[in-house]
Amino acid sequence: MPEIDTNLLESKIPGLMAAFSGETFSVTDYRGDLMVVVPAARLREVVRFLKSHPSLPFEMMMDLFAMDYSKKLPETPERFAVIYQLYSVTAGRRVHLKVFLPEEKPEVESIHDLYAAANWFEREAWDLFGVVFVGHPHLIRILCHGDFVGHPLRKDYPSDQYQRLKNAAPVSGL
Amino acid sequence: MKQDLVSNPNSPAEDHHDVAFTTRLEDFINWGRKNSLWPLPFGTACCAIEYMSVVSSHYDVSRFGAEVVRFSPRQSDCILVLGTVVEKMGPILKQVYDQMLEPKWVIAVGVCASSGGFYRAYHVMQGIDEIVPVDVYVPGCPPTPEGIIFGLMKLQEKIAKGGIVRARDRYKLARK
Repeated sequence: MPEIDTNLLESKIPGLMAAFSGETFSVTDYRGDLMVVVPAARLREVVRFLKSHPSLPFEMMMDLFAMDYSKKLPETPERFAVIYQLYSVTAGRRVHLKVFLPEEKPEVESIHDLYAAANWFEREAWDLFGVVFVGHPHLIRILCHGDFVGHPLRKDYPSDQYQRLKNAAPVSGL
Repeated sequence: MKQDLVSNPNSPAEDHHDVAFTTRLEDFINWGRKNSLWPLPFGTACCAIEYMSVVSSHYDVSRFGAEVVRFSPRQSDCILVLGTVVEKMGPILKQVYDQMLEPKWVIAVGVCASSGGFYRAYHVMQGIDEIVPVDVYVPGCPPTPEGIIFGLMKLQEKIAKGGIVRARDRYKLARK
């Protein structure tokens, strides 16, 4: 893990350290944008804090996606990760949040009620990686067809394992 | 015009109203079919953009009698599958094909429709001939408009020869 630079985090997002005292965030800086590794249990609180930040509100969720590192590495403490990209329209700044999720139980709380855009992104991450978003109102497949078994973008899914769909699904329940 | 013909001593026909030629009824019907194809563009990717060029004035597919593009399978007899067909789209393509009336032909335009192309992955059908009988494959990624017209001309040759119904029956037997 990279060194925790508290000064950097405080200068980029003032107040985050104070609001979550006792929590250690791992921070890296890439061309002025922060990548903050957040414990999965506190993700919702951090996102809510950033969304309603007094001077630096992150009003937009740009992207949400999962990663499969296939195994634990020194820089990746768990197999799965979910990355949230938030954008502040007023300040013109971005921040990336990353939560690591264990292979046995990849679960994180849903943020669909904070950002409506997260709804379909979370469905995509569940469909392709099998990450469960607790509290999501409609966590069903969004890209793969209804008869599909497994999560195809996991590293252990064989890339040439085709699954034939017999009948087209009715256009409903989107 | 008739006066000119009659007055010309070298003209082989004295009166061109009498000109007639014989053929088989099957050949005559096939000649009509091949020169009045009603295509249905099943466009899913960039090959469909190339097909737009084929239909518009520069390449002008109406020179081959196949410009009456219809988006209803009931009104068309030649389905052009233009692009990638994912597994989720497969049953839809099959349903559209089944709704077309006989006689009907299929052209797989581009490598995606023909073999899956570079999508050798979990989500793409490795060639539409897994679900529908293909008459002509057009290679290319995407094919040039000339390529699509060449494929159409190959289909015309095939229709003129007949035997397409027999080929489809063979396909059905093989799939049973």
